[in-house]
Amino acid sequence: MRHFLNIGDLKREEITHILDTAESFTSVDGQAVKKVPLLRGKTIVNLFFEPSTRTRTTFELAAKRLSADVLNINVATSATTKGESLLDTLFNLEAMNTDMFIVRHPESGAADFIAKYVSPNVSIINAGDGRHAHPTQAMLDMFTIRKHYNDFSKLRVAIVGDILHSRVARSQIKALNILGIKEVRVIAPRTLLPANVEQLGVSVFQNCKQGLRDVDVIIMLRLQKERMQGAFIPSEHEYFQLYGLTPERLVLAKPDAIVMHPGPINRGVEISSEVADGPQSVILHQVNFGIAVRMAILSIAISSDGKGVANET
Amino acid sequence: MTELNVQQLLEKLARELDIYMGEKNISNPIYIGIRTGGVWVAKQLQSLLNNKDELGVLDITFYRDDFSRVGIQPTVKPSQLPLSVNDRHIILIDDVLHTGRTVRAALNEIFDYGRPASVSLVILVQRNGRELPIQADVVGDSLNLDAKQHVKLSGPDPLALQIVD
Repeated sequence: MRHFLNIGDLKREEITHILDTAESFTSVDGQAVKKVPLLRGKTIVNLFFEPSTRTRTTFELAAKRLSADVLNINVATSATTKGESLLDTLFNLEAMNTDMFIVRHPESGAADFIAKYVSPNVSIINAGDGRHAHPTQAMLDMFTIRKHYNDFSKLRVAIVGDILHSRVARSQIKALNILGIKEVRVIAPRTLLPANVEQLGVSVFQNCKQGLRDVDVIIMLRLQKERMQGAFIPSEHEYFQLYGLTPERLVLAKPDAIVMHPGPINRGVEISSEVADGPQSVILHQVNFGIAVRMAILSIAISSDGKGVANET
Repeated sequence: MTELNVQQLLEKLARELDIYMGEKNISNPIYIGIRTGGVWVAKQLQSLLNNKDELGVLDITFYRDDFSRVGIQPTVKPSQLPLSVNDRHIILIDDVLHTGRTVRAALNEIFDYGRPASVSLVILVQRNGRELPIQADVVGDSLNLDAKQHVKLSGPDPLALQIVD
């Protein structure tokens, strides 16, 4: 696995191997020196063309806990910078003998594009590209679910909200299906669902009450206002009335259901504070697990023999 | 292939460890086994010494010096140290001492958990071929083998110790 670009190209055993490795990295948190020497001398570049707090900082922390050196580069972006200037940026950084790029970009396919042009000894990790994929987020979500439930084949998962603009949802749906989930539901108004969403392997609900019934996991998505040009919803207030996760709606799910959110959360828009801060919320666990999961992905990618099981396309 | 009497070696190791700790005034140590064989040996030793403390388990995968060649082992598991190692005497246990590289990695990992009062190395079987200045404090048996031969402990139930050509 030289690059980590897209969940869809992984086999179940590969996902499980990453999750098992991540489990081992969780013990680093308990060390007085929260570091292992695995990636000593490696240089990792956080190349972010889009704002990010959680993803960038947990990648940085993951790399540092593996003893790698980290460069953080935030590139102010416009829609036209993809072509030559993106590659120029890349080649310049590559000339500094870097070993890995962690790429976040507003254009779908940017990480795959970079992976095609990069030198053979350099790895690319997709940290989110447009609406396409956010595979490390999906991996940490799978890790979080596995911490609470042993068997994916018995679980019903509901993903609620802005599926249309969500690269997280696309990667989650793929990962859940590869892991043999019983049912993935998406719950959203038609305007926030992609065309032919059923083909992703989900059941579609537009009504929260029906969709949340008896689910084991609820994943709330952020309303991505920055990607909306036009009227997708009447108003935030009305959206909350219809789709916001409140204590009254949460009781429809199984009593021990967990509530997840990739962050950042919009309180009072897609989730109420009572639920976000309540006992069933594992939102902050997701953040914590993100470090161990990213440590696993970085170390597996950087130590690979270049055979590349995770997407070479 | 030669079979060694593992039970006899364990009993000898337990007796000598007991004497060693007496001489060194080591009381209430933390027992730590190196996964996988070292953990099996450590459990047997604890039972022979009638010690009921929780065993510390080290997985040295993340501290290996050949990581860039061999990558992440699919068998890696979390390390589990029961207590703070600060100012404690550590009895570090492994099945075979060969190059010394595993023990080097284990020492580095232990020191990332804190600063122990001392670390003593207990080895079921040591053989020639050291590549680092590391030696055991208590040893069950010492073998002189060809470079091609190796010692293999299988287990945990029953434990079996073989020299494989």
